[in-house]
Amino acid sequence: MAETAVVRRLTWLAASVAGAVQETPRVRTLDLQVGGWAGHRAGQHLDVRLTAEDGYQAERSYSIASAPGDGVQLTIERLDDGEVSPYLVDEARDGDQFEVRGPIGGFFVWDGDEPEPVLLVAGGSGVVPLLAMARHRARIGSPTPMRLVYSSRTWEDVIYRDELEALGLDVVYTLTRAQPPGWTGYSRRIDRELLAEVAWPASESPRVYVCGSTRFVDAAADGLLGLGYEADWIRTERFGATGS
Amino acid sequence: MEMLDLRLDGNAIGGLLLERFGSDLTALEMICGACGAHGELARLDVYLGAGIVGRCRHCEAVMIRIVEGRGRAWIDLSGTASLELR
Repeated sequence: MAETAVVRRLTWLAASVAGAVQETPRVRTLDLQVGGWAGHRAGQHLDVRLTAEDGYQAERSYSIASAPGDGVQLTIERLDDGEVSPYLVDEARDGDQFEVRGPIGGFFVWDGDEPEPVLLVAGGSGVVPLLAMARHRARIGSPTPMRLVYSSRTWEDVIYRDELEALGLDVVYTLTRAQPPGWTGYSRRIDRELLAEVAWPASESPRVYVCGSTRFVDAAADGLLGLGYEADWIRTERFGATGS
Repeated sequence: MEMLDLRLDGNAIGGLLLERFGSDLTALEMICGACGAHGELARLDVYLGAGIVGRCRHCEAVMIRIVEGRGRAWIDLSGTASLELR
């Protein structure tokens, strides 16, 4: 044997909170300082591990909101029966420490080196990894057309509203629970008919990233398949029960 | 219950596999031993519980089972015909 394979065991890294922004009443962005962070790709996530004084540990996965090369930011939605998100959204203060593992993922990533137009489909806080892709596109000056279809419950639940206007991509909103006076956007769940009006034509072989609750992701993917999109073009990430 | 109580996908076990194998496996191509469908590990239907079960999205056959305990992990791939490593 000329070589011995050495498997690098990815270990948990110490992270500390270095800033926070309240995005909506239920959603907060945390800036993290992570020693030994290897850098990340747009769309990747990391795992957070909290350890209680009695040794009890809880782990959850969170998408990275920041563009590659721009630090590590997480945007977290509080789930009221959660074990980790209430701490991250309501309690974590500058200097607090916990552990992270990552970056994770080589599938749900967009590096900006493909010419095909990109369709991003977000349900609720599923917008977080898609924001990293939009930020990456702006940062590298990519000419690739990018369109975001973003489903939220209400206008107040829309995360990153101001930044999305400034990033230079098309944004199509649908508000499924309540709409502000004079709302002219969509007000129903994402389905095939809605996608038929806003998605790139299948003839352009778009690259698609869908992130949200399991039910949301499955409905969006089914709708796109119904429009003639090929399954290989559609990359999905499900995060569980909530979302809109 | 955040990520614990539902049908998720292979992205959800990326961290566990990254820690065990040292590289990302979510883009790994897998072929189902039951129906022959192929696709990335991230496309599996994954159920998280006391153990982890990953099912083929086409025929629902179990392709991967993972049990962790006492710092070790047991990975059963008997439902997977092949893995394509890049």
